[in-house]
Amino acid sequence: MHRALRHPSFVIGSALTLLLVAAAALSLVWTPWSPYEMNLAGKLQPPSAAHWLGTDPFGRDVASLLLVGARNSILVGVIAVGIGLGIGGALGLVASARRGWVEELIMRLADFTFAFPAILSAIMMTAVFGAGIVNSIIAIGIFNIPTFARVTRASANAIGSRDFILAAQACGKGPWRITIEHVLPNIASVLIVQATIQFAIAILAEAALSYLGLGTQPPQPSWGRMLSEAQTLLFQSPMLAVYPGVAIALAVLGLNLLGDGLRDLLDPRLTRKR
Amino acid sequence: MPLFLLKRLLTLIATLLAASVVVFWVLEILPGNAAQILMGPDASPEAVQALARQLGLDHPPLQRYGSWIAGMLTGNLGNSYVYSTPVLELVLERLKLTVPLAVMAMAMTTVLALAVGVYAASHHNRAGDVGLMAATQVGVAIPNFWFAILLILLFAVHLRWFAAGGFPGWEDEGVLGGVKALLLPAISLAVVQAAILARITRSAVLEVMREDYVRTARAKGLSRRATLWRHVLRNALIPVVTVMGLQFANLLAGTIVVENVFYLPGLGRLIFQSISNRDLIVVRNCVMLLAAMVVIVNFVVDLLYAVIDPRVKASDI
Repeated sequence: MHRALRHPSFVIGSALTLLLVAAAALSLVWTPWSPYEMNLAGKLQPPSAAHWLGTDPFGRDVASLLLVGARNSILVGVIAVGIGLGIGGALGLVASARRGWVEELIMRLADFTFAFPAILSAIMMTAVFGAGIVNSIIAIGIFNIPTFARVTRASANAIGSRDFILAAQACGKGPWRITIEHVLPNIASVLIVQATIQFAIAILAEAALSYLGLGTQPPQPSWGRMLSEAQTLLFQSPMLAVYPGVAIALAVLGLNLLGDGLRDLLDPRLTRKR
Repeated sequence: MPLFLLKRLLTLIATLLAASVVVFWVLEILPGNAAQILMGPDASPEAVQALARQLGLDHPPLQRYGSWIAGMLTGNLGNSYVYSTPVLELVLERLKLTVPLAVMAMAMTTVLALAVGVYAASHHNRAGDVGLMAATQVGVAIPNFWFAILLILLFAVHLRWFAAGGFPGWEDEGVLGGVKALLLPAISLAVVQAAILARITRSAVLEVMREDYVRTARAKGLSRRATLWRHVLRNALIPVVTVMGLQFANLLAGTIVVENVFYLPGLGRLIFQSISNRDLIVVRNCVMLLAAMVVIVNFVVDLLYAVIDPRVKASDI
């Protein structure tokens, strides 16, 4: 704990991530104004005591939209990482436990999925099923699967040759029991670090998809959509194109720093020499 | 031909085939009758059937897949459902923008990342290193399309040095006009990628600088600079090139977004227009093309290992 508080990446990263979570939690119970209420008479106002960051072209309060947008980002990140971690992690463990052709098949599939970056698979999904938050979350989740599968397999294989695994085998435990009881707890820290990094990537991907109109649909506020709406008003209200971007960058920066910090703290052997 | 090359080539072909099956299944079989989609739910069944026949959609799926693959090999991708022009023509026209954009962005990424990475490593733990690494940490966190909007704000809205978007073509205003229109989009793609690559370069260079042969080179009187360029960089390039291959995929995906920010008539915008026009044959071919580019670039990266690192022999790959 003491060491954690002196690790700058970890401290800044946790602070920013807490800020993101706090903003999302706050938006559940309170926002300065309703993020859905339009007021065309009060559109594009500059920042004031009533509207801290001003209003958008529909007269909605920008600060309230940003708060609710945080909720949206967290939702996307949690589900997309959940899909990747659940399916990818399971596949990685199976590959490591079974070896042989199963491992080969799963890893070739993972290689293959890399041919479709998140945006490309999201485009395919929206071309068929229409744009929407659910489809973009699934697309980002699918994109996460091969990453988690590879990381899980690599770290599980590294653990597999350790003495305590041999001891467990000598006790007559089967490969599945060893995987669940011994391998999984030992690679959990690696997976947690990867999850924070994939969370950040998911937020970036969702923002891009929403910016393109493929992700979150109106009236649900999202940072990416706010940027695409602001882009048409660069000459009148340039700041509208700044706030949501800052929000995305801070959220992603926070998660990345947290991931770096956790990697150093959870597994000192993995610490890269700096 | 060496065995490893043959093995790699077979994997490449298998991957491309698998990708084509996925693309065909998702964009041709899943949506159902493309003729119905094009004509809307109110069209008469006779009209839908006539259009389906005209588009060749009345054949069984396997036959359609076969003729698509055959078409790709012979350069006949069929006609756009909406424009009725050959898809190949549409795609080639748009590639005139997307390929130069991707190449410019990748070149900027490489130069910027190597410069920053090598500088930071050779000034390890000094102010320059710490400052640059903090900057790259921020660079990694910035969405490329937001950076693009910020560039427009600064250079188009405030300074008025550049247009806020659009592309004059290579003929009207010459190569210089075209390059100028692609400059901001390329920078917005490059900066984010360079931030990632610079971090990789720095740690790779630091890793190599600890090797014994570097100490030997310094001990025999070679200057710091000469050691860096002749011994360190060449060996540090191996992980850097790997990441560059992966980054090219991100860069291509990035062009889809950034072309939309700058209203550039490239492949990315073509995909979008085709989605809203329900022109699924164009979407299918564009997605396949992008996926193929990613796969082929990674194949080339694998081969480059052997060139960069003489220790990588056929048996290793």
